[in-house]
Amino acid sequence: MNIHEYQAKEILKKFGVNIQEGIVVDSPENALRAAKKLNADTGTKWFVIKAQIHAGGRGKGKIKETGSNGVVLVKSFDAVIEAAKNILGGTLVTHQTGSVGKTVNKILIAQDVYYPGESEPKEYYMSILLDRATGWNVIMASTEGGMDIETVAAETPDKIFKEWIDPKVGLQGFQARKVAFALGLEGEAFKQMIKFIFALYKAYVETDSSMFEINPVLKTSDDKILAVDSKVNIDDNALYRHKDIAELRDLSEEDPAEVEASQSDLNYVKLDGNVGCMVNGAGLAMATMDMIKLCGGEPANFLDVGGGANAETVEAGFRIILKDPNVKAILINIFGGIVRCDRVATGVVEAYKNIGEIDVPIIVRLQGTNAEEGARIIEESGLKVTSAIVLKDAAEKVKEVVG
Amino acid sequence: MSVLVNKNSKVIVQGFTGSEGTFHASQMIEYGTNIVGGVTPGKGGQVHLDKPVFNTVADAVTQTGADVSVIFVPPAFAGDAIMEAAEAGIKVIVAITEGIPIKDMIMAKEYIKQRDVRLIGPNCPGVITPGEAKVGIMPGFVFKKGRIGVVSKSGTLTYEAADQVVKAGMGISTAIGIGGDPIIGTSTKEAVELLMNDPDTDGIVMIGEIGGQYEADAARWIKAQGNPKPVVGFIAGQTAPKGKRMGHAGAIIGGADDTAAAKMKIMGECGIHVVQSPADIGETMAKALA
Repeated sequence: MNIHEYQAKEILKKFGVNIQEGIVVDSPENALRAAKKLNADTGTKWFVIKAQIHAGGRGKGKIKETGSNGVVLVKSFDAVIEAAKNILGGTLVTHQTGSVGKTVNKILIAQDVYYPGESEPKEYYMSILLDRATGWNVIMASTEGGMDIETVAAETPDKIFKEWIDPKVGLQGFQARKVAFALGLEGEAFKQMIKFIFALYKAYVETDSSMFEINPVLKTSDDKILAVDSKVNIDDNALYRHKDIAELRDLSEEDPAEVEASQSDLNYVKLDGNVGCMVNGAGLAMATMDMIKLCGGEPANFLDVGGGANAETVEAGFRIILKDPNVKAILINIFGGIVRCDRVATGVVEAYKNIGEIDVPIIVRLQGTNAEEGARIIEESGLKVTSAIVLKDAAEKVKEVVG
Repeated sequence: MSVLVNKNSKVIVQGFTGSEGTFHASQMIEYGTNIVGGVTPGKGGQVHLDKPVFNTVADAVTQTGADVSVIFVPPAFAGDAIMEAAEAGIKVIVAITEGIPIKDMIMAKEYIKQRDVRLIGPNCPGVITPGEAKVGIMPGFVFKKGRIGVVSKSGTLTYEAADQVVKAGMGISTAIGIGGDPIIGTSTKEAVELLMNDPDTDGIVMIGEIGGQYEADAARWIKAQGNPKPVVGFIAGQTAPKGKRMGHAGAIIGGADDTAAAKMKIMGECGIHVVQSPADIGETMAKALA
């Protein structure tokens, strides 16, 4: 599960991680109030206004309606109100949102932490994530803060330092020191970085996170270490033991059809294509999408109806797929193992009749237990449904429809 | 010969008396798997499906000589169940459970590292050696006996592949569902290695998904061995968008190197017969062996 920057920072702060202080608001008036409070609390005279959406690249991204960037630095209270007006309610398009963009419902008013002082402020990169190859968590750090880490990895991989954490004993002092030395820190900043890394690791482990990305981590001009941005991804499988974090889920950030599907226990991901599909099993569902593409179509979705494909799940699946106006055909691909194909076929017919007339062609491919019987039920239903048993035949039929 | 499980395997079911455990245990018994008992804490001494129920895996091992365990325990307790099986001396643990927290799996995997045990899964359909033992949830009738091994991250796509192999005139030696989670006990390469060393396996179907590096690692290993047996490979998720989880917890594109295209390219370069369409798996294997 993804959460917003402001929520992530609240979690980090609770674990003792120093953050760039800020207040989240949903109106220009409250933005001004927040700025005044930050001024009183921290002394900051400049402010950073940050759009809160679940996507990266906000700083370079643009609000469609006003042309403002998603993150702006302002130097007066008046400018706070102006920036808030330009961003709130707008549609932010970044390289991660796609051209449709995302509506900004909340902005974070944050203190300016790049103030001048005894030393130059410097940005670093730090993340903690699961290394799937070893099954251990790894801390990744780089002096190239503020940059896209994939670019750094591709162009200057030697600038990324990695420290794997043995789960039996957790993060050790020498490991935190290695990271801080690798970043070239010394003196007070070095000490602060050690504290930062330990607090960050504790937050990561205790919240059952699967990814933390703090980019940038800032060394201020007075040698404080702060999280300026933070991206936190929580392990969905562990949310049952973090009720407080589960409540941070922002449904407005998710596709409405995906939210509806999850309420029917269906695993659905909306895509941009023209052929909808409904499949049992995640691997077969992805494979079916790939086959649609090879047949000249584009998959309109990923949809795994799970092991017990029955009339109810099929009907729920139909309804979700049919909401998408781009869908020109639907391919149902069920490999009946424990679930019998004749039952699935009956389910498809029932679901079809419950919905009424469906005006896109439907291809039903049932293979496995009682496949022939399933095909006969489909053929004899009198519905505008084509049936197939072998995957190749289903592919040919998709070709006929989209070709 | 076969790998991991055979007719001599003595299998126990953890989470035996639950609904999933009960249903699939009876299916396994019907298939002919030698189920010697089950474990449900607190129900020791009972009889379920005509088999003894034990409180602990240790009791089950002592009294039945079990060497294989299949786990249907709910996700919150499954990591613990894996460690219990390993500690009791089980040699092959097959974890079917989907949805185990990553933190629990990090600990479980670390715990079993120092023990002489192989973990298959979690979040997998299990392992089947046709005609001998089905340890999992797959439909047994699809897997006709033969000389093709299957390694796969997915359930129904494994059945699809096995079905195509059978329809193309061949059969299955052992099919291993390694699971679709980010942390799994046995990697693609390790499963492929088992089948490469199996004298009763002539060819291998290797089915992967987006996410992680397992398929690329396996491909490089196969090449380094000099491609001793033909391997047909497919990666699901060529059309999956970046950053979106596609059903399986591990099926998510992180960077440029764990896309389907990147994996298929490496597999092709390593001499694997890569199919673009999942419909071509069976025929391609038949041709590769001809």
